[in-house]
This record gives sequence, structure tokens and C-alpha cells, in this order.
Amino acid sequence: MSLLEIDTLDVTFDSADGAVHAVNGLSLSLDKGETLGVVGESGSGKSQTAFAILGLLARNGRASGSIRFDGKEILNAPPKVLNRLRADRIAMIFQDPMTSLNPYMRISDQMAEVLMLHKGMSKRAALAKSVEMLDAVRIPGAKDRIRLYPHEFSGGMRQRVMIAMSLLCQPDLLIADEPTTALDVTVQAQIMSLLRELQTEFGMATMLITHDLGVVAGFCERVTVMYGGRVMERAPTDPLFDKPTHPYTRGLLHAVPRVDQGQDRMEAIPGNPPNMARPPQGCPFRPRCAHAGEDCSVMPPLAPAGDGRARACHRPVEEVAA
Amino acid sequence: MLSYTLKRLALAIPTLLILIIVSFVLMHAAPGGPFTSERELPPEVLANLNAKYGLDQPLWRQIATYVWGILTEFDFGPSFVYKDRTVNEIIAQGFPVTLTYGAISFVVAVLVGVTLGTVAAIRQNTILDYFAVGVSIGAQVLPNFVMAPILVLVFTLWLGWLPGGGWQGGQWEYIVLPVVALSTSFMASIARITRSSMLETLNLNHVRTARAKGLPERRVILRHALKPAMLPVISYLGPAFVAMITGSVVVDVYFSTGGIGKAFVDSALNRDYAVMMGVTILMGALTILFNLVVDILYGWIDPKIRY
Repeated sequence: MSLLEIDTLDVTFDSADGAVHAVNGLSLSLDKGETLGVVGESGSGKSQTAFAILGLLARNGRASGSIRFDGKEILNAPPKVLNRLRADRIAMIFQDPMTSLNPYMRISDQMAEVLMLHKGMSKRAALAKSVEMLDAVRIPGAKDRIRLYPHEFSGGMRQRVMIAMSLLCQPDLLIADEPTTALDVTVQAQIMSLLRELQTEFGMATMLITHDLGVVAGFCERVTVMYGGRVMERAPTDPLFDKPTHPYTRGLLHAVPRVDQGQDRMEAIPGNPPNMARPPQGCPFRPRCAHAGEDCSVMPPLAPAGDGRARACHRPVEEVAA
Repeated sequence: MLSYTLKRLALAIPTLLILIIVSFVLMHAAPGGPFTSERELPPEVLANLNAKYGLDQPLWRQIATYVWGILTEFDFGPSFVYKDRTVNEIIAQGFPVTLTYGAISFVVAVLVGVTLGTVAAIRQNTILDYFAVGVSIGAQVLPNFVMAPILVLVFTLWLGWLPGGGWQGGQWEYIVLPVVALSTSFMASIARITRSSMLETLNLNHVRTARAKGLPERRVILRHALKPAMLPVISYLGPAFVAMITGSVVVDVYFSTGGIGKAFVDSALNRDYAVMMGVTILMGALTILFNLVVDILYGWIDPKIRY
């Protein structure tokens, strides 16, 4: 049985522009200890999927479909049920470490409250465990620095604090929502290798949400590529990188600058991501796709394509991958 | 922090001096004087009176004498209108009254306002929210000179529950109506500021983090949202507190409470220069003091602010 199973998830936001369909019939699953990359441009619905899992959608958001965690339905579950899972069994790291920590509270209080809440620890024990965890994410002088406020840390250090905080209860599932986007490139690499190491050590399943394919390559066993709130292609990481079979995946991979091939131009995907208040009919990638045809006005199903791969495209693999 | 506080207190001295000079000049620039009346006084009597109160001196000398009196003897001078009373006596008699009903009004306004605003924000766009917003708009647009007579009409004349005026050394029955009349509009402002600030705060990333920790919503709000949401409210509360404890002429007049709110307005009408100056300086000093208190509170709430 999968640890997490998302089935035909829809996430819709009411806006002044009308309903915005951020996620459309998304299905994915994640086994215990598995690492899954969820990749796509801004607005592809990856973060909203994560928020839907934890019931953290904005007030004007609605989700339907099914999300099962450990066999139990948790989509739109009552707050009591979700609160027992949050941080204890499903933890999340947010995109912006500058604002995701409470600027008005000491790190010690922010970390300790998690353990006191879920593990019933005393303040003293919770603090000791928190210091241990800060050591694990290699914050020097954790014993003293835990008394500091978030603004007294650098961005990278704050993200380390965020990571330490998310791992306090040793969750079964860690959702990392673009954990390195707001950081310097050198710091990004440090944070990713730290996450990699902690993932191996603690063995939690990890859903890594990112638009950075380089980050995915070094971290994930499987990748799901999203666009316009739908899955375009999913596959184990190596085959996906070796032979992308969806025009969008190919476009994404081409857009990664390759230093080793003496490439001097970066190839961008033409056009912009769709406005999800008025998505294109059928395949959302159609307006930007070089292979698009008449039939693309009907959304192709996500069909298996061998080697654990599935793709949602009317064009045969040979035509796209050629 | 201490040196910052001392610095701010030291700055209060020149600020108050400027306040004194400007008020003094404006007061004297206004037509009429304390001894102008419909029945004109004989010129000799007027000259004598002016000499007695120093009004025949050049303005700068009057100001210097006035400031000197305050600095050396804490003497704010005699009332120009009530022959046997000093400004110190008038303030000493009226200020405790306004301080009492003003401070109680403040506590009521803050408690009710913050609660109403917070509930409205948490239950945004529900009946509760509309009710809270409706109440605060109603309370804000209803001026207290309309509300005071209505309160007296209902609670004194119709129901006979509470006395319609008087102070009686501050027994509670005499405090209730003045407090309601004074606190209502402040309560409404506090509720509105709290609501919009709380709505903004609830969308902040760190509040989402708090929810992701599995904290019950009540703890999310009390522990993680209330402090930042209170920042704009607190900057409103400083001046509001001063406005409330220095009283309201409407309350003093309708409920005959005998506070300095009425004394202040009477002094302006009577050109009682000394009382006017005394109350102005009191309000100025309190304003400076509570702006400092607000800044210190800010530093206590927001660790990024260091003085």
C-alpha cells in the first residue's frame, strides 16, 4: 500500500476573474521512504497540491477528489484529524525561509512547541531535542543560537532551522516546497546535499516540489512533470532525463543550460504558462507546443508507456523523442 | 533601551517648550481676553487687572515668567476667571475624575474592540463578521453628543437603572454611562484596525507554518498571529489613551462628572489663559509620554526593533 495516494485531485480558487482551476484531476502516489520530484513552471499547481495534502489551501480554495495517507482519506478532513498529522507524520518545508519562521518568537519556542504538542514533551526535553536537531542540520553553536530570533540568522541558516523544525517528529512524509528557490546558488547546493543526507538517515518519504531539474536529478527516484494543473509525464528519474517523451518535458530539459556542451544560447519554451482562469481547451500545453494538432483540443489520458513511465500526449513517443 | 528612554524624555523638554510658546502666542493672537465682557469694564479697572495678571508685559516676558513659575515652583498660575483658584487646584480636582472614567473606558474599548475585530477577521464574510463590522460602523458614526442624551433617556428616565449624572466620588453607578459614551467610538476604531490587521496577518507565511505544525487554530491566533496583528492597533492606542484620560467635554457636560474636559472647554470660551495653558501642557506631556510607551511596546513585540 502506498503511503500517499492522490486520486483525481481538483483544486479550484474563487477569484474576481471567476474560478481558477489550479489543479485538474491530478493523481500520484508515493511509497514509504520514496523520493518523488514534482516539477513544473510557476502556476503549474505543484504547491497547491502540497497545500491540499495538509489542508492549508487559502480561504478561497476548494479541493475535491481523494487524498489518502496511510490508507485513510484526509482530503477536507476536519481540523482535529489534520492537526494530528501535521508536523507529526506529514511535515512541510516552505519556499521562503525569510518569512516562514515567526519573526516575533525565539527559534527555541518555535521548535519546542512542535514537540510539546505532538510528543507531549516537557519544555526542557523539547528544547534538548531541538538543539540535537539543529546540530543535525549543522548549525554551529546550536545550544546558544537556539535562543535567537529568525532575523539573526542568514537565509540559508533559516532554511536549515526550517528543515530541523520539520524533522523534529520524524515524519513519514516530508513535503519540500521549493526549499532552495529563495537562496543563493552556493547555499542551494548545501541545502540540497543536507536534505539528501537527512533523507537517507531518517528514511522519510519525500515529495520535492521544484522547477529546478538539476535539483531533481540528484535527489529523486521518480519524477512527475506538471503543467497547467495536470500531469504531463511521469517516470523514474534516469529514463526521464535520458529520453523525455512529452514535448513539455523536452522543453524543460532543453531550457537547462548545459555548460559541458559549449552551448552559448539557452533555449526557452516559447510563450507563457496559461492563465488558469481561462485555460486552453484540451491539453494546456497546446498553445506552446511544436507538435500540437487538431486532436490536442481533447486532453489526452495519462497512459503507460513502458518502464514505469506514463505520458499524456496524443503524439507517439517516436515522433516527440526523435 | 534605558539610554533611549532617557534620551526621549530629555527631548520632551524642548518639545514642551515649543508647545508652550506656540499655544501662548496663538492664545494671545485670538481676539478678546479674559476680562472682555458684554458690560465693558472701566479702563482703570481693566488696566489694574492686566497689571495684576501680568498681561501688560510684553509677550516674551509673560512667557518667560510663566515658564519660570513652572520650573521653579511647579506653579501653573492662578485662574483668570475663578478668582480664588489656581490652575493646579483645578487640574488636581478634575484630572482624577477624567483619569478614572477615561482609563476604564480605555480598558473597555481595548477589550471589546480587539475581541470584536479578531472574531470578525477569523470569521470573515460570515454573519458574525457582518455583525461586528455593523456594530463598529454604527458605533463610529453615532457621535457621543447624540449617544449621551439617548443613554440618559433610556437608562435614567425610562428604565431608571442608573443615575443620569453626577460623580459622587466615583461610585460605579455614576461611572457606567460616561464610560459607555466615551468608549464606544474608540472601541469601534480599535475593532476596525484589529480586523484589517488580523486579516492581513492571517495570510502571512509564518502563520501558515504555525498551521502546518498542527497547532489548533486558537493557538495559531493567540501565539502566532495576535502579536503582529496588534502592532498597528498599539500605535493607535497611545494617542487614544491620552484622548480618553484627558476626558471629553461631552461626557463632562452631559453627565456633570466635573472632569477637566469641561474645564478645558470653559477656559477656552472664557479666555482663562492659565487654565487653557495648564490643560494643554498636561495633554502635551501625556502625549509625549504615551508615544514613548508605544515605541517601547513596539520594541518588546518586535525583536527586530532595537533602540
